[in-house]
Amino acid sequence: MGTPVIEVKNLTKQFVLHTQHGAVIRVFENLNLTVDAGECVVLTGPSGTGKSTLLRALYANYKPVSGEIIVRHEGEPIDIAAADYRLMLAIRRRTIGYVSQFLRVIPRVKTIDLVAEPLLALEHDPEDARRRAAGLLLRLNIGANLWELPPATFSGGEQQRVNLARGFIHPYPVLLLDEPTASLDAGNRATVIDLIREARDRGAAIVGIFHDQEVRDLVADRLIHLQPVEKVM
Amino acid sequence: MNPAPPTPHDHPRSTPAPGPILGAEGITRTYDGIIACRNISLDVWPGEVVAIVGESGSGKSTLLHCLAARQEPSAGTVRFRPEKAEPVDIHALPEAARRRLMRREWGIVHQNPRDGLRLYVTAGANIGEPLMALGERRYGSIRAQAYHWLEQVEIDTQRIDDLPLTFSGGMQQRLQIARVLATRPRLVYMDEPTGGLDVSVQARLLDLIRRLAAELDIAVLLVTHDLGVARLLAHRLIVMRRGEIVEQGLTDQVLDDPHHPYTQLLVSSVIQV
Repeated sequence: MGTPVIEVKNLTKQFVLHTQHGAVIRVFENLNLTVDAGECVVLTGPSGTGKSTLLRALYANYKPVSGEIIVRHEGEPIDIAAADYRLMLAIRRRTIGYVSQFLRVIPRVKTIDLVAEPLLALEHDPEDARRRAAGLLLRLNIGANLWELPPATFSGGEQQRVNLARGFIHPYPVLLLDEPTASLDAGNRATVIDLIREARDRGAAIVGIFHDQEVRDLVADRLIHLQPVEKVM
Repeated sequence: MNPAPPTPHDHPRSTPAPGPILGAEGITRTYDGIIACRNISLDVWPGEVVAIVGESGSGKSTLLHCLAARQEPSAGTVRFRPEKAEPVDIHALPEAARRRLMRREWGIVHQNPRDGLRLYVTAGANIGEPLMALGERRYGSIRAQAYHWLEQVEIDTQRIDDLPLTFSGGMQQRLQIARVLATRPRLVYMDEPTGGLDVSVQARLLDLIRRLAAELDIAVLLVTHDLGVARLLAHRLIVMRRGEIVEQGLTDQVLDDPHHPYTQLLVSSVIQV
């Protein structure tokens, strides 16, 4: 057994939709999960069982109803379900990386700067940050002719690769990956698999969702199957 | 439920901060018995961008004016921490001391640039005036700073001697931002800074505010009814309704997983492009 980096204890999430007469959507109940350093856990289960919701809760994007999410941040175990927002921002800067299927484009911001930004937020040398961004973009087949453009007009696959470059530029101890290979061709998919394995080998704790069976088989150390609960009360 | 993915970009710098730059406690403001805002408490930390959102009439502009010492609250205290000094209760200060703080420590960007600019003096003088009010007397230095700030806000420096009256709305708004930032305030209040501008101009202005806030490490308290603006600029979101705070938290958390019925209504009412 390695060192647990993520410990989810008795986590329950539901949504109360006040605009729909207070309908309650139960997503998961009393969920437990431990992820060690250097381990890649893949979430499986039918659509709607809360895989993405769990990832978002691990990023404090969704607020759980009850339970704990203990994440090791700079050596300290921190319950991010209860962490204050300024600590949470520091945890996102330094410890937890999140890569979704979609890139959020910021008007007028160049691709290269978008990718370098996580390093700049950690006060890296700007030149070095851009150099590393360039290296990752090249590896993900985004040519130099695109770096100075905002990615708004890029194809879905290109945007996804820009997003991946952004997510992998800092060696986060925790990586959350929500379908990062969804619209990639075989060559780029292989690159992403390499990136994931490299992150795991340097000791990252990874939680991912991959519908692609082949990718899943190549990166997963362990599968966690989420069970559907009775959805609506 | 499938909201847009969270945005991990854009975080305040990690420089250690001794405490909030602004702390408001129990702010209430009434007009002839009508309550504009009630019992509002909030903190703003150095380098942080905080957005207050809510429908018109929710009391957000009144709150902003109370915090910026442009209006006196009916009840409550506003503490501001000047550079290298202990926090002061701004409404309890003598008028002269309060004015000095307002000139030196914080600035306000108005929705209508005409409220923050002097339209009948040149663009350069609009930037130079607040510097002179702080004691700058060297013409060359004032001129150089005016050039610098025009460049920062992407206004052609050849327009330095033109009247803002001849500028477009977007240019006026950028000039107003230059005028506010030139005195190097540590906190900037913005009241609907992109309201009334067309979308392409708005994008440029948002990019500018985002970049300058991060580079200059200033705190920004922004009032807006535009959730897109809030998502792009703010680390943290405060939702107001009928003069009260109904929900607050990390921007993406409040927008992607809103809990209060009013916030849910607000988020679900946004038209997706």
